[in-house]
Amino acid sequence: MKLSDIPYSQLQQRLRDKGVDVFMPPYRVRLTTTLVAVMEELSQLYADYLIFENDAACDFHICLFEPNGLRRFFRRQVQFALDEFLPFKPLPFCQAHAMLEWGLNWCVGNRDQTHLIMHAGVVAIDGKALIMPAASGSGKSTLSAALSQEGFQLLSDELCLLQLDGQKVTPMTRPVSLKNQSIDLIKARYPSTVFSRTAYDTRKGTVAHMRPPQKSVQLAALGPFNQAPTPALMVIPQYVADSTMQWHSVAAEEALNFCISQIFNFSVLGETGFDALLQLLRTIPVYSLSYANLDEAIPFLRAQLEQTSVA
Amino acid sequence: MKTLAHYLLSPQALAELSDTQWDILLRQAQSARLHGSIAHIAPAKEYSEVVTRQLQSARVVSQANQRAVQWELCELKKTLAPLGIPLIALKGAAYVLRDLPCARGRFLTDVDILVPRARLAQVEDALKFAGFSNAQHHPYDQKYYRQWMHELPPMQHMKRGSSLDVHHHILPLTARAHPPIELMLASAVPAADGWLTLCPEDMTLHSITHLFFDGEWDHALRDLWDIHQLLQHFARENVFWHKLLERAKVLQLLEPLMWALAVIQQWFNTSMPEDVAHEVQQFNASQMRRFMHKTFIAGSTPDHASCRRRSHIWARRLLFLRGHYLRMPLTLLIPHLIRKSVRLEKDARAEV
Repeated sequence: MKLSDIPYSQLQQRLRDKGVDVFMPPYRVRLTTTLVAVMEELSQLYADYLIFENDAACDFHICLFEPNGLRRFFRRQVQFALDEFLPFKPLPFCQAHAMLEWGLNWCVGNRDQTHLIMHAGVVAIDGKALIMPAASGSGKSTLSAALSQEGFQLLSDELCLLQLDGQKVTPMTRPVSLKNQSIDLIKARYPSTVFSRTAYDTRKGTVAHMRPPQKSVQLAALGPFNQAPTPALMVIPQYVADSTMQWHSVAAEEALNFCISQIFNFSVLGETGFDALLQLLRTIPVYSLSYANLDEAIPFLRAQLEQTSVA
Repeated sequence: MKTLAHYLLSPQALAELSDTQWDILLRQAQSARLHGSIAHIAPAKEYSEVVTRQLQSARVVSQANQRAVQWELCELKKTLAPLGIPLIALKGAAYVLRDLPCARGRFLTDVDILVPRARLAQVEDALKFAGFSNAQHHPYDQKYYRQWMHELPPMQHMKRGSSLDVHHHILPLTARAHPPIELMLASAVPAADGWLTLCPEDMTLHSITHLFFDGEWDHALRDLWDIHQLLQHFARENVFWHKLLERAKVLQLLEPLMWALAVIQQWFNTSMPEDVAHEVQQFNASQMRRFMHKTFIAGSTPDHASCRRRSHIWARRLLFLRGHYLRMPLTLLIPHLIRKSVRLEKDARAEV
């Protein structure tokens, strides 16, 4: 059953009451909330996600709520709880829906030690994954969003979940977080996309989330074991305004160091993680790409990915 | 479904749990910081994808913690060995060094060491030279630790990010008990890699003292599980129980020992010689002590919605006050708590 199959009033009731178990691949998330903004976000951006009706263990028990106290009346706030643990300080009330996304990312980055988790966007075509690790602000989400609208399967715009044998990437398809100018850019380029409401003045600037393509959500729901894409190409992207496109091969040791700097749980996984990363970098080529124009970058990346072959 | 303590004692019962029961157990265990131990003892079996992922993640984190502690001990030795002081590791680091059963699957956050008070200044200088700095910057916190506590203000390594507590005593200088620390220092025993630990009796008594003089009972069940496992392990030597009681008298720690034995006996059905069990029973005879016993049990129940009762919340509040009362005389404590709460207010306002 999909989330959109539940009437909105019933969804609201269940979110307030016992919670709804949403399959946000590969995780089962139980979400409870009393906040209308979060309910709206869920019904709009997660419409294509599967929900579970049976009672079973969940990876994350999430609750978004308004903290008690005077702040209910004056400069309202929102809080995120993982089970009963509060990883963050409260945020302004108008950022509630964005806090859901940030909180979920925190849960994945801190609680899942069954993957090597890299700060990277990942898309795929025909089961061949293009991994795009990059520091914040380099345009990796914008590029992932655009690629996902042009026929690529979206695995994640933020977290690459590399399986520990280094041979598959588990899809973690969720709404794409876009910041500042890239919100209008993507909205103008792909007018049919659905967006969350915009959160202003967040720590990351202006933020809005884009609903992931239905096809990507369906592919991700097949789970981490069936048909997870195989890494085929790694590209370190960098948006540089008014520049000509540049494409360079990256030396192995440089690639290794850069990847390590973008991995969340490298020291936790120890040798296992190091081996997985080495296995990955031995099998796929690494390039850096600086671009100013999506019309130029997208066909180029598509051609590069199509040229690669995977075992 | 039974209690978390039950499953710690009988891992084979874990195989019978349904997926929903696992969900509750893992959350209780997480709140008590015991999910690493549960993951370590869970029988090999095909669990659901979610449970498998959580168990594996917990195992990976506890292994990473142990690796980090071992690495830190190795680095600390390089820094402190030239001072020619005995290198004594306490608590989690000591359990790891001696590869005790309670180290398996346990989460560790910081390293605790014990040094002679006379050498404290030298140790602090050497550590700062090696890249450690004080994690608490507020002058009042600095004064609080240096004047009244049994340890230096917590330190953190600037590159490795590791936390270190340097103790010169096992209880605050202002506490209501004054175990003669020189005896404990003198009885320390070699463990591994040039490090020492407290001797078995002292290690057990320290673990007990730490919990039963503390006000933070949020994950007390983990500490009680440590104590239970230490006793079971050391009691393989016949004379241990006798030595433990003697030592507790010498160190003036008989009362916390009796509290602890009563509590772990109830949680874990810890086996002990009849005369010891009898002594514990007699100790707990008065109404006041039975009330305290109930408070300890309520306070150490995992702090999770699935098993929380109102009485547990009150017990933890009471234990919080008790911990402070035992650690500082009221003439110091009341000004201290007022200062801290005023500062909390200020910090909260500064954040807005």
